[in-house]
Amino acid sequence: MALHAMKPSELAKKVVNKEDLFILDVRNEDAFEDWKVEGENFEYKNVPYFDLIDGVEDIMDDLPKDKEILVVCAKEGSSIMVGDMLSDEGLEVSYLEGGMKAWSEHLEPVKISDLNNGGELYQFVRLGKGCLSYMVLSGGEAAVIDANRMTNIYTDFAKEKGVTINHTMDTHLHADHISGGRALAEETGGSYWLPPKDATEVTFDYQALEDGNTIKIGDTNIDIQALYSPGHTIGSTSFVVDEQYLMTGDILFIDSIGRPDLAGKADDWVGDLRTTLYERYQNLSEELIVLPAHYMILDELNGDGSVQEKLSVLYAQNHGLNIEDEDEFRRTVTENLPPQPNAYQEIRETNMGQITPDSEKKREMEIGPNRCAVR
Amino acid sequence: MNVAKTLDATGLACPMPIVKTKKAIKDIETGEVLEVQATDQGAKSDLTAWTKSSGHELIDTDESSDVLKFWIKKGE
Repeated sequence: MALHAMKPSELAKKVVNKEDLFILDVRNEDAFEDWKVEGENFEYKNVPYFDLIDGVEDIMDDLPKDKEILVVCAKEGSSIMVGDMLSDEGLEVSYLEGGMKAWSEHLEPVKISDLNNGGELYQFVRLGKGCLSYMVLSGGEAAVIDANRMTNIYTDFAKEKGVTINHTMDTHLHADHISGGRALAEETGGSYWLPPKDATEVTFDYQALEDGNTIKIGDTNIDIQALYSPGHTIGSTSFVVDEQYLMTGDILFIDSIGRPDLAGKADDWVGDLRTTLYERYQNLSEELIVLPAHYMILDELNGDGSVQEKLSVLYAQNHGLNIEDEDEFRRTVTENLPPQPNAYQEIRETNMGQITPDSEKKREMEIGPNRCAVR
Repeated sequence: MNVAKTLDATGLACPMPIVKTKKAIKDIETGEVLEVQATDQGAKSDLTAWTKSSGHELIDTDESSDVLKFWIKKGE
């Protein structure tokens, strides 16, 4: 049997379509426990590749005969080695092309909606890491919100759509992934907007994103209104797009809320987080559709692969919006927090322009899940 | 440290550093030390996990330069 290569885009379709798949993950146990390809109908077996170098006979009985098998490792080398051995045993198997690194970098564009006057809104779902970014297109122009590091994905998409990216903006200084906002603006000649309160230590020029700013996209005037909404960071800013969508950044997610501790200021920022969630957002239209910058669990993914929900539904169902007691809220978001994202300090320094790691180092820094939320 | 054998695995990508280490350690005696040189960043976590599961001991590492160095004491 020949060994097949499965591209991350093919794997993404299987996640979104909730297909069956058996994943043989040959990374070491710690890496597998920490982070894996998540799929609702996926089954897993983890055997480190170094236990299979002398042969795969010991695991043959544990592998299904009637199910598609995908071998996964960090970069792909070990999965090819193990995949070849399984093929020699007569199994029909694939390996994940580029491994978990490529999986972490794959973005799946999902159309959220048409906007007024011919505009469009797309969500880019980074399935391997749970990051969400956005492109608003209108009248030949585009803005990208919370762009990820892989800027070519946005420029290719813009080219395909025949639009020019003239604005990139970040809702806040990210700690879990390297922002592509600045690089993308440099490539396209656009403006890079960042909340000034998150940018006090940055080493580059940027457009200050202030509460009440309105950014127009195209001559058809899709408005992006900035709303100061601190709590995850002191500068965190939300966007209201076309009076229909609320981009919440890392403040409010579908099934969780933001954590205030990634800049080491949990106690200072918890009050801001509460005010944003329990007052500022309460004053907005409940009909707004929330588009966050992350998702944490597959349940947050809708059937079409998008991540979105009405603000009124979140006020009814999201536990983080329903903690009446202030002390209890404070405890929830400052105690028993999940581990911090991999290399989060270095990622913040990179996003501030203080360090400039090479591309291989950047990939290493971003390994693992995003962990920006409190559930 | 008394190194019985040195393995040059520089420039090799996963899984080759471990494949070669596994072979090389067969050439030394229990209690002797194998030095492994590698440039693959994944080598550290993999060698750590492998030594733990195979009964050898990772006694020291040097990550101060681009060439990572590992010293492995052969187990029973």
